[in-house]
Amino acid sequence: MNLTLKIWRQDGPTARGELVTYQVPDISPDMSFLEMLDVLNERLNAEGKEPVAFDSDCREGICGMCGLMISGDAHGPEKTTTCQLHMRSFKDGETITIEPWRATAFPVLRDLVVDRTAFDRIIQAGGFISANTGAAPKAEAILVPKENADRAFMAAECIGCGACVAACPNASGMLFMGAKVTHLGELPQGQPERAQRVAAMVATHDAEGFGGCTNIGECSHACPKGIPLDVISQLNADMRKAKSGRL
Amino acid sequence: MATSTLPASTPAVRSSIGLKLLMAGSGLLFVFYVLAHAYGNLMVLGGPDAFNNYAHHLRTLGEPMLPYSGFLWVFRLVLIAALALHVYAALTLWGRANGARSTKYAVKKAAASSLASRTMRFGGIALLLFVIFHLLHLTTHTIRPQGEQPTPYANVVNSFDKWWLVLIYAVAVIALAFHLHHGIWSAAQTLGWTSTTAARRNAKFLAHFIGSLVPTAFLIPPLCILFGIVD
Repeated sequence: MNLTLKIWRQDGPTARGELVTYQVPDISPDMSFLEMLDVLNERLNAEGKEPVAFDSDCREGICGMCGLMISGDAHGPEKTTTCQLHMRSFKDGETITIEPWRATAFPVLRDLVVDRTAFDRIIQAGGFISANTGAAPKAEAILVPKENADRAFMAAECIGCGACVAACPNASGMLFMGAKVTHLGELPQGQPERAQRVAAMVATHDAEGFGGCTNIGECSHACPKGIPLDVISQLNADMRKAKSGRL
Repeated sequence: MATSTLPASTPAVRSSIGLKLLMAGSGLLFVFYVLAHAYGNLMVLGGPDAFNNYAHHLRTLGEPMLPYSGFLWVFRLVLIAALALHVYAALTLWGRANGARSTKYAVKKAAASSLASRTMRFGGIALLLFVIFHLLHLTTHTIRPQGEQPTPYANVVNSFDKWWLVLIYAVAVIALAFHLHHGIWSAAQTLGWTSTTAARRNAKFLAHFIGSLVPTAFLIPPLCILFGIVD
């Protein structure tokens, strides 16, 4: 495959960035998107040019480290992570625009790498349960109904990649937060801190500069794990009940 | 586990979800209002007596417990308060959303969102401008293309025999249709009533049903007058 890439290049957090065009010939359709970028970087290195900085870790679609805005789609045209996207999803001769996630809460560090520690701070505010460590309790000590376990598991699939924020017209982090609130709220272990969790997470979310949700659905569509929009309804209900003392 | 970030001390009502709840609550009040308003408008089809009686009855509703027009004024004050909250929350959230993405994408696809959801903000402004025009036209009679008329019925019928006035109202009703199609569903979601697949489907159905019913009911009287079915 022969491709034309338009890639966002930016030397540092405060530097001005711009889209730079690269011609990339001889790409195999079986390469992953990140392998294609690896090939580009090897060629740039050989020419003595600065390679393109981008994030990746497991390359198995489970860690949430990678994430690129690919021709206007978060994680590209397939419902998966950028690392699990393959070049056969593109056409020979295609021009692909590659940009970093754009959100004030996710500042660009360099090229396609953004700082997503805002998500960590939301988790630190409330995305946890408090439990005694030491002797592990018996697994059947606290029983969880199947429907609750299934919904908790569905929400727990969130890998915190940030595609929801990137795809949202308001750069809102509500799908991420909704996933965490639903995950812990469906389980008995999540109940003691349920009210303070949602209040603290929403306050941190707003303070980090994420926007509000307008229930448009771009987040859920972009989510590589298919987290549905109803976790945002759960988040809203928890917040409303927490603030009226009914949770 | 220690928390490294203290939650910001913004009051809950000014949090993004608090503002959304204000929008949803005031918005649902408007939904009930447009349902009642559209139903009232259909009285035009009953002829001059039916419509004039309806207009008069709105002013004597609640008498003698309330003074003449008392109910109407209480209703208006509630609507004005709801409108102020709706607009305040919308503008605040709009501002925050703009701030939340200071650098725009060079290429961005709208992959899942409906046209109705993407036109909420400008559609809302269009509706606000229309409400001002509508009040100046048929409430205060400041704008009077129909001339001076003796009765509410005459005011309506002699307005909507003008094609351009029908056009302005039709455009506004289409804007309302879009606003309702996304707004009703969005309000249900914000109030946290759509946490299951079935509830979500029902909320979407209700949004499309009311979002089609109300605009249709609003369009029937002006079109009947324009085409001479009512005169």
